[in-house]
Amino acid sequence: MALKIAESDWQKLRHHGEETYPHECCGVLLGEIGEDDTRFVHATIPCRNTRSDSPQNRYHIDPGELVRIQREARGRGLDIVGFYHSHPDCAARWSQTDLADAHWTGCSYVITSVEKGRAAQTSSFALIGEEASKRFEDEPITLENSLSQEISV
Amino acid sequence: MKVLIPTPLRQYAGKKSSIDVAAGTVGEALQLLATENPDLRRHLYTDDGDLQAYINVYLNDDDIRYLEGKENATVKESDTVSIVPSIAGGRGSSAFDFS
Repeated sequence: MALKIAESDWQKLRHHGEETYPHECCGVLLGEIGEDDTRFVHATIPCRNTRSDSPQNRYHIDPGELVRIQREARGRGLDIVGFYHSHPDCAARWSQTDLADAHWTGCSYVITSVEKGRAAQTSSFALIGEEASKRFEDEPITLENSLSQEISV
Repeated sequence: MKVLIPTPLRQYAGKKSSIDVAAGTVGEALQLLATENPDLRRHLYTDDGDLQAYINVYLNDDDIRYLEGKENATVKESDTVSIVPSIAGGRGSSAFDFS
């Protein structure tokens, strides 16, 4: 399992975390899933964090917004392959809250640590298994620049 | 009408991203879907027959929880029902809530 993403999209999701700091940002990753379960990201869609009650340590994407994003994605031949969010002043590792509230098995969950307003580490985790036994597994992120060269992060 | 299947549930629905269903209500459509794809049922419904708490169902752009009739909301052939698992999380409340 791996996540491949254009550098421009990778920068975009990291920058989103800087923009919303000290609150968590969130968004959707659109692309396609390869036969070996590699997730190829072709577009990054920033979303609104609806957890206005606790945005500094919680995020939630309105499912209605996701319905609209999915409609646009289907029109472009893309699929939802993952989600991203930020951890303000906290490690780019999944928390127990992240796991408990994760339900899109087969997708990637990308987390960026934003330290004092600056994006630091970005990590990706594949959500594996069924709901009752789900778990996150580390997966490598590979950046693909405009010259189609792969840069491992 | 069309029912859109989210990524995590496609493995229980013949790997399809959408399935056409002939039904009169949203509830009927979901039940038909679960009957024709038995492995999907436990992922949509609890043992008590209620929709799983983390499953959102939209009729076109409307959350069925806010529609008159909810799961009994009537549907047309041109409608789309979307199954949308919740997307949420966060670093948590504890400074040491790390994996």
